Amino acid sequence: MPFRITFEKRIEEIPRWMPAATSLASVVLAFLISGIVLKLVGGDPIRVARFFYTATFGSWAAFSDTIVKATPLIMVGLACAIAFKMKMWNIGTEGQFYLGAFFASLVVLIPIVPPETPRPIVILLMALMGMVGGAIWGFFPGYLKAKFNVNEIITTLMLNYVAILWNNFWIFNKWSDAGFQMTPTFARSAWLPRLTDYAREYGAFIAEGSALANFLVRIGLERISGMTLHLGVAFGLVAAVVVWWIFECSRWGYEIKLIGDNREAARYAGINIVRNMVLVMMASGALAGLAGMAEISGVVHRLQERISPGYGFTGIIVAWLAKLNPFAIVLVSILFGALIVAGREIQPSGLAQMLQGIVLFLVISSDVFLRYRIRLARTAAEVA
Amino acid sequence: MSLITILNAGLATGTILLFAAIGEIFAERAGVLNLGVEGMMLLGAMAGFSTSLATGNVWLGLLAAIAAGGLLSLAHGVVTIHLQADQVVSGLSLTFLGTGLALVFGEGLTGKNPPLVPKFDIPLLGDIPFIGPVFFEGHSLLVYVGYFFAPLAWFYIFRTRPGMHLRAVGEKPEAADTMGINVYRLRYFYVFVGGCLAGLAGATISLSVSPGWYSAQTTSGQGWIAIGLVIFAQWNPLQAALGGYLFGALRRGILDLQGPPMLFGFRNPLFINSNYGFFLQMVPYLLTIVALMIGSRAAARKRLGAPAALGVPYIRGERGL
Repeated sequence: MPFRITFEKRIEEIPRWMPAATSLASVVLAFLISGIVLKLVGGDPIRVARFFYTATFGSWAAFSDTIVKATPLIMVGLACAIAFKMKMWNIGTEGQFYLGAFFASLVVLIPIVPPETPRPIVILLMALMGMVGGAIWGFFPGYLKAKFNVNEIITTLMLNYVAILWNNFWIFNKWSDAGFQMTPTFARSAWLPRLTDYAREYGAFIAEGSALANFLVRIGLERISGMTLHLGVAFGLVAAVVVWWIFECSRWGYEIKLIGDNREAARYAGINIVRNMVLVMMASGALAGLAGMAEISGVVHRLQERISPGYGFTGIIVAWLAKLNPFAIVLVSILFGALIVAGREIQPSGLAQMLQGIVLFLVISSDVFLRYRIRLARTAAEVA
Repeated sequence: MSLITILNAGLATGTILLFAAIGEIFAERAGVLNLGVEGMMLLGAMAGFSTSLATGNVWLGLLAAIAAGGLLSLAHGVVTIHLQADQVVSGLSLTFLGTGLALVFGEGLTGKNPPLVPKFDIPLLGDIPFIGPVFFEGHSLLVYVGYFFAPLAWFYIFRTRPGMHLRAVGEKPEAADTMGINVYRLRYFYVFVGGCLAGLAGATISLSVSPGWYSAQTTSGQGWIAIGLVIFAQWNPLQAALGGYLFGALRRGILDLQGPPMLFGFRNPLFINSNYGFFLQMVPYLLTIVALMIGSRAAARKRLGAPAALGVPYIRGERGL
């Protein structure tokens, strides 16, 4: 080889645009590689790409679907971010999501409040219960890690399976709707409001031919009815701001970052690591549980066997691709929400999952560009 | 349901965990944590199944499974050994990648019947009462291979020179490097070995223990249980084999508990309401957590356990890569 590749450790500050650029490049490259693999198994990448676009961003209705799928990802991604910031590897957001959904549905299924309770109270109670459920499921691995140094990766992962089985037991044994793997549909008061509901309520007030109506027609928004976008996305956005505030403005966020960066230094600084391990896992679980609540209250409107196509795992990739930045998580979630929407229809069915794997691999590989300058140099032989 | 059938079937199921866990022990002893076992197993299961189906030759199938697991693990090797990425995240992405690849290439394999790994009795040994029917009757070749494999792996790691180099690379890579051992090459090699064994473990499922392709359900988290087992076994192949068989028997016994109407003289609650089976299915996962707690405590007490350089990338001098 006439050239030799050399790596030089970066000493200077990394340019601010670089992390974002490497993430973006990773996504583009991952799409290209997936296209090649698709070609290999006899698919038509161009057709799939065109379908991907129309099914996800092609129209307001499609975009609404994409946001609906992005909603749980935002919250789960934030859940992962807060744990990963402290280098607690919470791989159990999937289970925390399921347990959050379970606890939230208890409000309706036991029922904790009578069905004629006003909607805001029911929703608030469900959101709280969802967070409690997720926090409980996060507490165990956090406690075991803090007290007995039990590897949290394995415990959180094992609890995923346990949570799904736990839900199944109650769905099948207690609340099954005529033997199906789902509970009866919740009363309307337990539904998060959706755009289509607003359309029904306020649509009557917009006069035919008025300026507002014309505007809505011009941007293609005249048919809001049928759009499934629900209030859960607001939960996600608020959570993103809260997590950002925790990271950037609070003392607790500083402690989390310090423990993550250098555990020994944190110990010498007098930070209570054991307590923070448990707290962070509970906060992480609570966010994932809230995502579970939003999904059953906003989308499926009942507790059922399969409520997550792997949101918990996708959230890990989302968090990492966004470099644990809360606002970047929102953006990345939209992309991965699109991937889930399109992935339901694209054959072969594993394509979306494979794409996620490739993205994550490329992102962590591209970190090398952040740590090193890579230079091409003429080899000694060539110079001589 | 008899004890002999449960133990016999448990050995078969346990062989899956045995291969996967010992593979992971090799990688971790060299200092590389590979959390991608589940993905490598699934890819191996798919590769073995489809190759056996396409060629009609089960041995080629096993070979393909081993190769698939090994090749996939090299991706982890490059990213963690050369690019020094975080081993936890890289291992996770390996699981996603392996699962995704397996699902894409495994499309349409469900319900097919390729040739399987042959099963046979061992003459003479099979006639010993109790032990014979449990250990030496009707097992597939892979189970018999497992009997030899665990002690051999133990001997290799603890009693041979290359095994000592392996441990040195995982305990104190700087010292090993000074000794003239090529740390990078050995780490690549053992990550590859781990991948090959995970692939074989996958094929053990799809071509022998529960033949078939059930997409992601094929492995159903056994790769993760294997990783937990490594900690429980304190990085010792013999203990890993024992743990694997124990878990195998347990998984199997759980299935059998749902059959009979009477159990130990009581009415079997599972027979009356099969929904209680969901709790039984939790047992292997909960037990993995318990095993981890025991393993972590024992390791702490005996000051024994994880290779010192586990999860730490080795950077030679200041030149970096």
